[in-house]
Amino acid sequence: MRSDKQNSTPMGLKIAAGIGLAFLHLPILLIFLYAFTTEEKSYQFPPPGLTLKWFAVTWNRPDVWEALGLSVRVASISTVIALTLGTLCAAAISQTKFFGREAISLLVILPIALPGIITGISLRSAFNLAEIPFSFWTIVLGHATFCVVVVYNNAVARFRRMSGSLIEASMDLGADGFQTFRHVILPNIGTALLAGGMLAFALSFDEVIVTTFTAGQQATLPIWMLEELVRPRQRPVTNVVAMVVVLVTFLPILAAYHLTRDGDQISGQGK
Amino acid sequence: MSIAAAPAAAAILPGRGGIGGALSDAFWRSPKLLLFLMLTPPLLWLGVIYLGSLFALLLQSFFSIDEFSGLVVREFTLKTYGELLRPSNLDIIVRTVTMAGLVTIASAIIAFPIAYFAARYARGRWKAVFYLGVMLPLWSSYLVKVYAWKLILAKEGILTWVFEKLHLTFLIDGWLALPVVGGNSLSVSPTGTFLVFVYVWLPFMILPVQAALERVPGNLLEASADLGASPSQTFRNVLLPLALPGVIAGSIFTFSLTLGDYIIPQIVGTSHLFIGMAVYAHQGTAGNIPLAAAFTVVPVVIMGIYLWLAKRAGAFNAL
Repeated sequence: MRSDKQNSTPMGLKIAAGIGLAFLHLPILLIFLYAFTTEEKSYQFPPPGLTLKWFAVTWNRPDVWEALGLSVRVASISTVIALTLGTLCAAAISQTKFFGREAISLLVILPIALPGIITGISLRSAFNLAEIPFSFWTIVLGHATFCVVVVYNNAVARFRRMSGSLIEASMDLGADGFQTFRHVILPNIGTALLAGGMLAFALSFDEVIVTTFTAGQQATLPIWMLEELVRPRQRPVTNVVAMVVVLVTFLPILAAYHLTRDGDQISGQGK
Repeated sequence: MSIAAAPAAAAILPGRGGIGGALSDAFWRSPKLLLFLMLTPPLLWLGVIYLGSLFALLLQSFFSIDEFSGLVVREFTLKTYGELLRPSNLDIIVRTVTMAGLVTIASAIIAFPIAYFAARYARGRWKAVFYLGVMLPLWSSYLVKVYAWKLILAKEGILTWVFEKLHLTFLIDGWLALPVVGGNSLSVSPTGTFLVFVYVWLPFMILPVQAALERVPGNLLEASADLGASPSQTFRNVLLPLALPGVIAGSIFTFSLTLGDYIIPQIVGTSHLFIGMAVYAHQGTAGNIPLAAAFTVVPVVIMGIYLWLAKRAGAFNAL
């Protein structure tokens, strides 16, 4: 009798899991509703009316465009740096065994394991000590540091699944190291790098804690939002920006999911 | 060239010309050179720039600030750490650690059913729904999530509206009238801070718990039931001990992230400081880098102890 019940889901568990998922998603859905509200002085619910007016207002705001442009440029360059450093590190860690491997993988994870405020303040005080003025590049330096880990994680996972015999076969067939990299290694780790790069982009695009310490006068989009959160001045514009940010970050995450989902069928796996 | 030597030479490929060929051959002959070249850029970046800054910060916590001139005195002293142990600063530390502990416990309780359902009952399409259902909130913008809660907790916001429609407004008022957790409205009360922390860090708890639960063999639970245990006994004596490493792994994230955060308590909460806010205030307007540095040592030490305990409980295998 009991064993019949094992396969059906207990009602209480279903409800608790459902409530948990709703708790995770309803607040984000609320952002979408507020982007259309006609109310501009408070966070009144339910909205007294719905309008598309604020989209046009936001579109014509130079400060929003400037912040968005800076965020995209910072995220792009940080992603390129993170891709280079993360892939190099992952290749070295997974293809060879040497003394201090564990220490290096710990070092890569450290910037994200330590609270962001520690990374931020230590970089800031280091810039001050070295008398480096805050600029676009100080922001990039901070972002690239903690973006390495997502690329590294994705690449290491893929390297582990890639059979080493593929590389040996390529060498045996007469390809040199560079040819092997271009024609054998790169196609195999390509999607993992793309996924890691997208996540790094999303991480950098959204980062605020480290950025408050490493940015001078420039405002990235999260810094712009933070100022609006602390001292609300244009609530409707903030609502629209918040909605756009949600949509913009969802796309790379969905894409990264689709890229890594089929990762189990990697060539050279069946030895 | 004699004819007899030709077959032997053909078995070996001709040497590659150019710099690329020479480099490729050099890497093949000494893999250590390749390893060195691969590791140098990341190690320079992370090992020198990042670790260097961290050590420079640690060093500065042993400096002190001159109370009259407000300048940093570059002499080794423990004075700053003495300052850290003042009652007002200890208050900040205790408040932050208590909040981190409560947030961790609440996240574990909310995360468990989601993780258990996803690990044991969700199949096919539902598995993907649950996975993305956790990943999307995890990766969506931190500030937008905090902003959403500002909308929810506002006096004129959705939560007040719902309680009004249910004629339960007295519940909110009664809760806000309580001494420690209450305040003028939810968005300026410690309860509000707590809710936002739980919301923002919850996905970090779900993922490792789910990973741990997926490794629990289903027949163990069946065996427990066959031997006469009630569902709650099975949960307490079989499932929970096996899931515990996952919960501890998740708690590393929720605990550490709460310890270091300074934006959530600044936007939703009272004017009482948390460690992150104290660090921000001391390094910014006050210019007291030594004290700010000493404050950052606190979460590092706490997390060090926490990680050591977690390692002993075997939590790292669940990551």
